[in-house]
Amino acid sequence: MYKLLKVIIVLGISALLFILPAYGQEAPREQVKGLDEQVQEIKTDVLSIASQLSQLEEKLLYPSDTQIAIFVSVAKGEKFRLDSVDIQLDGKPVAHHLYTFKELEALQKGGVQRIYVGNVRTGEHALQVTASGKTEGGSDFRKDESFRITKDIGPRLVGVVLAGTGIGSKTITLKDW
Amino acid sequence: MSRFILILACLLLATPSLAANPYTSNGLKDVFFGETLYHAFQEDWFQAIARLDTELGQYRRLDEPGLDTLSYHINQAQFGVGDFELGYRMHLRAGRAMTAVIEGNVEEPVRNEAIYRLARLYFQKDQPEDAFHALERIRGGVPAAIRDDLEFLRGQILLANGRFPEAARAFKDLQKAGSLEGFAGYNLGIALMKEGKEQDGRESLDRTGQILSDTPATLAIRDKSNLVLGYKLLEENAGENARLVLERVRLSGPFSNRALLGSGWADASQGRFERALVPWSILAEREVTDPAVQEALLAVPYAYGKLNVHGRAAVLYGKALESFGKEVDKLGASIKSVKEGKFLQALSREELKQDSDWVVRLRSLPEAPETHYLLQLMASHDFQESLKNYLDLNELQKKLDVWERDLDAFEDIIRERRAYYEPLLPEIDRAFRQLDSQMRLRLEQRERIQKRLNAMLTAPRPDYLATGEERIISENIGRMEQALAANGGTPDETKERINRLQGVLLWNISTEYDQRLTDTFRNQRDLNEVMDRLKKQYNAFVRTRQAATQSYEGYDDLISRERNRIASARENVKVLMACQGNMLETMAVNELARRRERLEKFQITARFAIADSYDRASKAQTEKSVGK
Repeated sequence: MYKLLKVIIVLGISALLFILPAYGQEAPREQVKGLDEQVQEIKTDVLSIASQLSQLEEKLLYPSDTQIAIFVSVAKGEKFRLDSVDIQLDGKPVAHHLYTFKELEALQKGGVQRIYVGNVRTGEHALQVTASGKTEGGSDFRKDESFRITKDIGPRLVGVVLAGTGIGSKTITLKDW
Repeated sequence: MSRFILILACLLLATPSLAANPYTSNGLKDVFFGETLYHAFQEDWFQAIARLDTELGQYRRLDEPGLDTLSYHINQAQFGVGDFELGYRMHLRAGRAMTAVIEGNVEEPVRNEAIYRLARLYFQKDQPEDAFHALERIRGGVPAAIRDDLEFLRGQILLANGRFPEAARAFKDLQKAGSLEGFAGYNLGIALMKEGKEQDGRESLDRTGQILSDTPATLAIRDKSNLVLGYKLLEENAGENARLVLERVRLSGPFSNRALLGSGWADASQGRFERALVPWSILAEREVTDPAVQEALLAVPYAYGKLNVHGRAAVLYGKALESFGKEVDKLGASIKSVKEGKFLQALSREELKQDSDWVVRLRSLPEAPETHYLLQLMASHDFQESLKNYLDLNELQKKLDVWERDLDAFEDIIRERRAYYEPLLPEIDRAFRQLDSQMRLRLEQRERIQKRLNAMLTAPRPDYLATGEERIISENIGRMEQALAANGGTPDETKERINRLQGVLLWNISTEYDQRLTDTFRNQRDLNEVMDRLKKQYNAFVRTRQAATQSYEGYDDLISRERNRIASARENVKVLMACQGNMLETMAVNELARRRERLEKFQITARFAIADSYDRASKAQTEKSVGK
């Protein structure tokens, strides 16, 4: 009896080591592959629709004459934790964003977030940016900066760069893209 | 523990990792490329590809693309699109993207990097021969950043193609590559053993199994080396050495369950059942859906039996039987639930996707038996890929639904705009035409004056700058002269007075000419400023007028076309989801049935073992009584 048990267990261990990776191999390989290729094709179709719709949306809702887009980025090497960014344009709140860990990580790696896109007349406009979060040392910070921006003919791309939360340093600066 | 299984799955089936940013090492110049990266770094591949496709499309349509800011990142963008497509499991398109770079007019290192990526793609898609032939095309310099990775890939491809000595050489050269710590050693060990150099291979695995590191990936590969080496030794009855090696595996790592099981068998093979009980007892307390844990539930009472503690063994076999019974029921319920379609419903639960451990969390859902064995199912590459495809299709379906509603909203906007502008525009156009003709007239006048003034710089004409009053006086004098002449001649005194008046007039005009010319030019400049403002206003009006029409005209065909495409894509997604879902259910049911079958065999074994243990226990009791 014990011999039988031992054989079963030893066989089981071998099966564990060598059979585990082969779980769920029942569906024919060709069928899996064929379906995978069809899924890839439909992804291509849907991506193409997405691209068309995004251009249509931009043309319809944000024509270049009046378009303004605000982008947020974090200066290279910054380690502070950004909790939120608020944007006011001509005194009206237009964007408020709370950051997830993934979003913050994407910003720290060099990604740029389009936080707002809208329409304004040509001429001067007041832009107010508020950023809050925690410094690398763990203390809370909240910074406000006000800017004047000019909208000419053509889309206006405004970059908001968040950096250096230390005392005396400029936390929020603008960058023209 | 469950988390580690996931980590292991990721380790074995690695997708492109964007831990660092390889795309903007020289700074970001194009904001839209930066936006693409923002999505890619969050592994939001769909958005990343959609945006980058649009950007690249626009870039390629430019007459002078070199002037566009994307030209600073064009190589990275072309690689990026391939990487993102790979991340989104669009291998066919990713392959085409890499091939386009290889066949394009690019520098040698860029071309070689593209070949490397293409080879990696082939290797991941289980096409090692294609991967090998791709690497053969590498000529000349390779970017320093990928040099080690390229050699490592070469080694893996050689290994997969059965060219073990060459693979071993490739891995041997990488022993000092810090980024591949552990991985090169493990693969070297495997390559050497496959080559027939068993002892050298084991030594390499042994060295890898003792690496000091705090990197999760290195620690995992260290554990894997120890596990492979330990089981090799165990198969050869080298129990003591096997135990020593298996004990190096971390108790909390993804390989710990199998290491604990093997460690127990290493002791048991030497008859040290008391020591074997230590790892097995730890293992028996762990998550019972794990096959190693289920084995341990039988191994623990087996050890007690060997130690002649038959009563305890009988009790533990009973517990194992009870546990197997519960799991068999759970598996039965899972199979039933999967067949009823609940498995796919559970996978689509939105709230779970917010959590990176959602697969683990699924198992803890009450009344969702279909998901209890999901983690084990995830160990299969095909299942994982099918599951990801199913989830992607689910996302596509949601996007298409939203877009259809967006198109409805767009049409509403267009309708509203048309209703607002169309009655207004004819009157505005009429007023504009009137103003336009007036403006053109004034512009012509200004042009004439400008030309005359310019001519006066070289040929002075003081009479042109006479004031209105001077002109009237001059005309009056002229009329007086004519009248006097008509009346039979002018008296000398009158003639003299007329000459004097003409002289005064001419004197004033001539002496003040320079000042008058300067003043006229100043006035002209002021007029130009006004005219510039007018032109700007005119252009702004024209643009606004055009924008008004463009805000509602020319969209109908586009919207209608996209609506048809969305409808067709929705239909395709629906069909594919059904096929993919069916395939997942079949895989799940087959696997769950296999697991149930295995447990049912264990149940039989446990039942026999209980009876046997009770027999032995009562026999021992009887012998004890007789002895007394």
